Amino acid sequence: MKLLTLNFLTCARKTCKSTAAAFPLHPKDAELEQIEIDMNPLFVKNMLPRLEWEAMKTLTQELGLPALPAETPAPEELTTEDGEASQVLKDLHVLLMETSVASGKLVCGNCGHEYAVKEGIANFLLPSHMV
Amino acid sequence: MDYMIRFMQIHESFRQPETEALATLAGIPLEWVFYSHDSPFAIVRFPSTTDPATAARTLITRSILASAIYELWGTGLDYPSLHQDVRQRSAPYWPLHSQHSFRFEIDSFQGSHTSSQHTAIIESFAYMAFSGPIRMKNPSAQFVVFEDFLLDAPLPHQLHLGRLVASGNRKATLNKYTLKKRRYIATTSMDSELALVTANLALAAPGKLAYDPFMGTGSFPLACAHFGAGVFGSDLDGRSVRGKGGRDVRSNFTQYATSPLYLGGFVADLTNTPLRSSRCLDAIVCDPPYGVREGLKVLGSHKPELQAEVFLEDGRLAHLAETYLPPKKAYSFLRMLGDVLEFGTGALVEGGRLCMWMPVAGATAEEEPKGVGGKERRGGGGEGGQEGGAGKEEEYAIPHHPALELVSECTQHFNKWSRRLLTYRRLANSCIDENEMLAYQAARLILQGENGVGTADDLNSFRRKYFRGFLDPSMPRQHEKLPHTY
Ligand SMILES: [Zn+2]
Repeated sequence: MKLLTLNFLTCARKTCKSTAAAFPLHPKDAELEQIEIDMNPLFVKNMLPRLEWEAMKTLTQELGLPALPAETPAPEELTTEDGEASQVLKDLHVLLMETSVASGKLVCGNCGHEYAVKEGIANFLLPSHMV
Repeated sequence: MDYMIRFMQIHESFRQPETEALATLAGIPLEWVFYSHDSPFAIVRFPSTTDPATAARTLITRSILASAIYELWGTGLDYPSLHQDVRQRSAPYWPLHSQHSFRFEIDSFQGSHTSSQHTAIIESFAYMAFSGPIRMKNPSAQFVVFEDFLLDAPLPHQLHLGRLVASGNRKATLNKYTLKKRRYIATTSMDSELALVTANLALAAPGKLAYDPFMGTGSFPLACAHFGAGVFGSDLDGRSVRGKGGRDVRSNFTQYATSPLYLGGFVADLTNTPLRSSRCLDAIVCDPPYGVREGLKVLGSHKPELQAEVFLEDGRLAHLAETYLPPKKAYSFLRMLGDVLEFGTGALVEGGRLCMWMPVAGATAEEEPKGVGGKERRGGGGEGGQEGGAGKEEEYAIPHHPALELVSECTQHFNKWSRRLLTYRRLANSCIDENEMLAYQAARLILQGENGVGTADDLNSFRRKYFRGFLDPSMPRQHEKLPHTY
């Protein structure tokens, strides 16, 4: 699961969803994977305003990845003056689109529940007593 | 100039919605001059478009249910009136093509000719005076005489002459996406043609994000990614996401070279979705599981633990409590559709689309027909009407949500049952009727209340009365459909 996708996910428990502590989920024993793919500037540009930037920063920090800018990059920061992909875009591409969690756990900061990730697929099903 | 769209004579009720979706996506103003479910030939116009030829080309490129688009050079009920109309409409364009290579052909729907008749028809257009070479392969101008026959009629009842503007990519796309060649499929995989049409109705396109909460083997996300959208999905059944032996959802994206657009799959239940509450999706495309085919695990009656007696927190037997609602599959299915709409409202961007499949009819009575599995129990098919049919099936009302506008409703018919593809558009918050929204939310809360009131039937009648009080007479479309979410 790409790191971009993680930014859209929180704890599945109804009692956690509204709490600030449940998002972002915290990676634990996470094994990362990086697969090189072609850049998709339009997609990254469109996704940026939909991201919770603070959560993105927390995640990169917890995963020990290079620090992100303090604020969400503005669309004009994604291209250089001659219309090429800027370093900001290249970095975002690597982080959001090329990097994924292959295995490990995603932990809710509110209830402590751990969601397992295996072969890149996270399991958000709750045991019946937690539904 | 008017244009003629050559549709396939299949999935008739999907054809106009697909074309309209493609026009919406490209920002092309589209006007229907002629359309009939009984004909593969439709006539359209692009009003206030400076470059209608480009509009026509754009419209057809992604179409799955139309094969080509033509300039309309003439139309008539018989050959004399066709020739008269051709002279009137297209004479100014003849000189543009008079020196170029060209070709004439005849496209007869439900009709045929001997080869001498064929030749005679083509020669009857000699007055256009094309002196360029006739070339069967890649001529610079291709003309087609379209003949529309009623079934078994001796003569066509409608004729058109068109000059080809552009062909679509239907054939190549279907050939690429056919389930026969797909690496990972299941019995529930949506056929590729309708999955692609669904992606068109969802306005899937580069730079957009689409999600399928009942992904299965990934049919819809694959179709959306084909049109360039970033996609992700989830399913209650982890086995379908994970696959087996290298055959999984991911391997399908690899097969079609769209894996850069696949953001991932996860295992989740829509009623306890891990998606954070945020309007970040451009499209939701799904075929919520129905009936025995997939086993409705999300719902009470199929849970093994509910096969045994269920105790409430205070130790009483659940089914002895006054508030007990017996698990009802059909009831729960409709409730799930309501959940999908509510989810869409919270997750779609303004103008974002929800495309959802559902059976036209199903069991709504308390008891499920017993001992009948799969499609058979969906009996009583046939369009709209659903006149009782087998067992206790009746037509489901179309789910409604105050924040979602129904854009189109398409029906696919099988021998014994039918299903619908519903497409909704997320309204701007400023366009949502506040009273209707309040009433809707109140009804939902009551329905969801942990100490639910009364039976499902009581709730339904409550809702009926409650909603009626809030109907806005200026919204007749919704008026017809209310109340019916659960
Ligand atoms: Zn939690």
